[in-house]
Amino acid sequence: MSPTRRSRPAGERAMFAYTWLVIAWLVTPILLMIVFGFNDPHGRYNQTWQGFTLKWYAKAFEIGDLTSALVLSLTIAVVSALLSGALGTGIGYALGRYRFRGGDTLNLIMFTTISSPELIMGISLLTLFVTMGVGLGPVTITIAHVMFSISFVATVVRARVVTLDRSIEEAAADLGAGPWTTFWRVTFPIILPAVFSGVLLAFALSIDDFIVTNFTAGTAVTFPLWIWGATRVGLPPQVNVMGTLIFTAGVLIAVVANLRSRSRSRRD
Amino acid sequence: MNRVRRTLAPYLLVLPGWLWLLLFFVVPMATMFSLSLQQGDIVNGYRFTGHWQNYLDAVADYRTQLLRSLVYGLVTTVALVVLSFPVAYWIAFYGGRRKPTYLFLILLPFFVSFVLRTISWRQILTDDGMLLHPLKQAGLLPDGFHVLGTSYAVIFGLIYNFLPFMVLPIYVALERIDPRVVEAARDLYATPLTAFRKVVLPLALPGVFAGVLMTFVPASSDYVNSSVLGSASTTMIGQVIQVQALSNSNYPMASALSFTLMAVLLSGVFGYARMLGTQDVMKVAAR
Repeated sequence: MSPTRRSRPAGERAMFAYTWLVIAWLVTPILLMIVFGFNDPHGRYNQTWQGFTLKWYAKAFEIGDLTSALVLSLTIAVVSALLSGALGTGIGYALGRYRFRGGDTLNLIMFTTISSPELIMGISLLTLFVTMGVGLGPVTITIAHVMFSISFVATVVRARVVTLDRSIEEAAADLGAGPWTTFWRVTFPIILPAVFSGVLLAFALSIDDFIVTNFTAGTAVTFPLWIWGATRVGLPPQVNVMGTLIFTAGVLIAVVANLRSRSRSRRD
Repeated sequence: MNRVRRTLAPYLLVLPGWLWLLLFFVVPMATMFSLSLQQGDIVNGYRFTGHWQNYLDAVADYRTQLLRSLVYGLVTTVALVVLSFPVAYWIAFYGGRRKPTYLFLILLPFFVSFVLRTISWRQILTDDGMLLHPLKQAGLLPDGFHVLGTSYAVIFGLIYNFLPFMVLPIYVALERIDPRVVEAARDLYATPLTAFRKVVLPLALPGVFAGVLMTFVPASSDYVNSSVLGSASTTMIGQVIQVQALSNSNYPMASALSFTLMAVLLSGVFGYARMLGTQDVMKVAAR
């Protein structure tokens, strides 16, 4: 290892250093968030280091409306991930497998939803709900999150369906399996990892969304909305603690999912 | 029977999601378009008057913010291409077995709320924060030196928040390049620079285009970075639209502004997409 590393050309070494510099830049605010969850600030502002404490972890859920904001965010994320997972998988499977009338229009609409500014999707939903006299709240937030997640799920699933080896399904049919059995016993297990990553993506999009949520929430408060509202008065350290917990959970899920898929591919 | 079921199958699969997109994407856009041509207020109701004046007013009143948003978006996007390319290049060609790990590190910010990350930068860049305070104490910076509240801070925030969206698509494009193609160029006596310019760069362009699509639109329509890191002199159009819609309930104005912004941004996007084909872009977008 070391002789090749020494013989690396200067340009390559510079790019290596630069890549790590960019990564360091990307994680700087994350590290700060984690560190300041252990800070013991005396004033309202938690931005200079004033000593180590674990008390915010003990008091993590003591701010009632912050905790309920987090619970609301998680609930909406789960519901919208499952819903957009189901709807998006249907679209992705159909687009990957069949040619049908309206398919091109659907593709165009999906492309437009992915490339539209979130701000404008938020405003347009707001105008719709206001015009129809629908009260804003958790339901309208969920409707909005499902809407912008469907196309992402569908795109991930379609990519998998397109590369599917049809001969496996034909083999199942030759062995006497009906279309229904073939789908559930053969096709679905193959596309399941794609469905799973689509659902995870939808969950991540939902839990982090601020812009669309801001317009469809009414008086409901999600985790990002609570943080936004609290910025003017200074963020309590509990926000750092919750941010750290969400971060850790997300990273763990990603690492486990990755290790599982790696061990699966090794078995194949 | 079986044939009927087979021809119906795609429609049945697509129907629920299609309805959802129709009801909650297409219909709202139509509602918003109709509202942009109406007059009135939230108390007395709106009347449809085919009032194009809203558009003229919107552009006349907020030309500065509209242009500023496009300029910020453009500067951010160009900076992103320059900053991201070497990262994507190094990971794609020298990442080896560690490629997934590097990509994972690039994606780490997404595990922390977008709003929280941006606020974190405000805490770092503020005048008495951990970056400027020590530098000022050491006399390295003049007293009146600010970062926060300037357009530099806003663009910095935009670049920070959208960097992974540029690295990823460029990486995907570079990853597909067969190293033997580059070797062949070298065998034919191309200098490393020529090989890069004539072989690698053209093959990487679709990734760059995809990255531009994925960063230019959200960056120019963003209002979080300019609210958190900027000041009154860095107001972007997103902030204006947000205030008109949420604080003033001036839906016709907010709608007219939104449509103007959308028209500008999406005409660019569709022009691009025509050149490249949407499939490729969406494939990258879904990663």
